[in-house]
Amino acid sequence: MTALSLDDFQQQLLAQRSYLLRYARLQLRNDAWAEDAVSETLLAALDRPQAFGQRAQLKTWLVAILKHKIVDALRQRRREVVWADGSPDGEADPMADMPFAADGHYSQAPAEWGNPEQDLRSRQFMAILEACTEKLPPVQGRLFLMREWLELSSDEICQELSLTPSNLYVQLHRARLRLRECLELNWFAGGAAA
Amino acid sequence: MKPSYPLRRTCQEATALMVAREDRDLPWAERLALRLHLAVCQACPRFERQMLTMRNAMRQWRHYSDHDGDER
Repeated sequence: MTALSLDDFQQQLLAQRSYLLRYARLQLRNDAWAEDAVSETLLAALDRPQAFGQRAQLKTWLVAILKHKIVDALRQRRREVVWADGSPDGEADPMADMPFAADGHYSQAPAEWGNPEQDLRSRQFMAILEACTEKLPPVQGRLFLMREWLELSSDEICQELSLTPSNLYVQLHRARLRLRECLELNWFAGGAAA
Repeated sequence: MKPSYPLRRTCQEATALMVAREDRDLPWAERLALRLHLAVCQACPRFERQMLTMRNAMRQWRHYSDHDGDER
């Protein structure tokens, strides 16, 4: 620790709680698991304030700890994590909603999206992206964020969750198409990109 | 030159391959078939750009979530 007294440090940690909770909930899709992972993260941080000493960003440090705690939580609860949603929505292949003609060609070409993540409204776009991720069915959302937020390889995910590759690929395929559809509806077609 | 039959893919098949390759390595034959399809198709390169935009956007979101996600 540098100039901070321990009390300041504790307060700064607690001030990040709701921020950490938001990402824990997004990844775990379960409030109780998310609360546990965040509490574990804050306890681990309180136990070793010296580990933060040389780092510039408290938030970055905490998110890194949180990610480890979340991987542990996913591994421990792997059965529940990959439990099928049971809803017909979770079973449907979003490809069926795309404009393909009977011969397998596009009846309507995909839209030109441009690069909304690079332009001036990128923050708004990020909010839509996060909202669309949140709307994925729970199992798909968890697996998708294990790839995209936790940055695990497909092999690592299969190993952590005792999942077969084909099962994982089906879920990720649906998640990606669903996310694409959500972005198209809520950003590109909604006039926000115009 | 049109690709011979074993390498011909419909847009729907090409689209499925473009989604799949975000998460796994495609076999060489599928990579080749996809490349050939993209060269002769007008619609599928647009889907390819959409996937690229999503990939870049997720990368940016990840960075943003690690540093300043609550400063909206």
